[in-house]
Amino acid sequence: MIDWFPVIIALAVCLIIIMVRVFIGPGAPTRLVAFDTANTIVVTGLVVVGMMFNHVIFIDVAIVYALLSFVMTLYVAKYIQGDKF
Amino acid sequence: MKFIVTAAVGYSVYLLLTIGSGDAGLWSREELIVGAVFAVLAGALLRNRFIGKDLRMLNPKRWFTFLVYLFPFFFAMAKANIDVAYRVITGRINPAIVKINPNLKNDMSLTLLANSITLTPGTLSVDVDQKTNELYVHWINVDPEVLKDMPRDYHPICGSFPDWAKRIAG
Amino acid sequence: MAALNTLSYVFIGIGLFFNFVGAFGLHRFPDVYTRMHATTKCTTFGSIFLILAVIVQSAGIWAMGGDLRQSIMCIHSILALVALLVTNATGAHAMARAAHRSGEKPARAVVDDLEGKKND
Repeated sequence: MIDWFPVIIALAVCLIIIMVRVFIGPGAPTRLVAFDTANTIVVTGLVVVGMMFNHVIFIDVAIVYALLSFVMTLYVAKYIQGDKF
Repeated sequence: MKFIVTAAVGYSVYLLLTIGSGDAGLWSREELIVGAVFAVLAGALLRNRFIGKDLRMLNPKRWFTFLVYLFPFFFAMAKANIDVAYRVITGRINPAIVKINPNLKNDMSLTLLANSITLTPGTLSVDVDQKTNELYVHWINVDPEVLKDMPRDYHPICGSFPDWAKRIAG
Repeated sequence: MAALNTLSYVFIGIGLFFNFVGAFGLHRFPDVYTRMHATTKCTTFGSIFLILAVIVQSAGIWAMGGDLRQSIMCIHSILALVALLVTNATGAHAMARAAHRSGEKPARAVVDDLEGKKND
């Protein structure tokens, strides 16, 4: 058995470093890149939390979160490049 | 045929997600029935979107080639990450956006190539010209030899990945 | 089980190292495209290794006589990994194209073939 709690703490520190770039980042594309990276870290963290608490539902939430964040990235990218919807 | 393939793929993904749900074997009876209904629905609605022009991706040889391809791809990915870690520590970059023509015909192989060169050393696909199938690649460490002639040679930029993409989906 | 734990610790170490490299690369590089190099490659690779550690642990507990829940966790982790792999590279491509079309210039670039080209 592995103690997963320090892994979660390390991923949270990683997330805080990335969120600094979301707040200070110059321009919308940089913020979008930082936010997409944060989404990847959140998906990984959800899988690790599911293993830590031994609940499968967290991993299902992680799959849905990954797909929805992909859709969010595509639409915000479409908005930034100035397309009509 | 398109309908059958789409419904089968949808049903197998549904079964994979609901494995271990109950009494009739690995699945419960309700999950099997609901999954079949949704697979038929998805196959009827999405068959022209899921499958493009022809059914050549059904060939098992292409899937075997894809599985073999995962090993050099993974090594290239590890090399790319060590490279990026080195550049993060030293801050030594020399970027450019170059145009390459990988001589690929269809969309599937172009998608595979673009995703591959995004994850492999020093390159990131930026844009694609849909008429001539040319890729615009952001290259983080430019070799000045390649920049001299205008139809650029793709071998120093993305290695042998266009050949793999042609073999898998071409 | 001890060997599996050691393997998991190695995977966790590699994964956390590359996630931190990605997070610091976001602050170290000068413009959007080079930042995207750091984040896309490093966080994808780090997430692969962290999820592989979860898969190894759950498969190990399942093989040691755990209940059915561990097998469900193993399969769903593999599906989450596949979803992450497919969406990350495609999303990076969409973001790079959006950044270039919104007028973001690559910093310190030697050549820009895409400069001033509109293909739509």
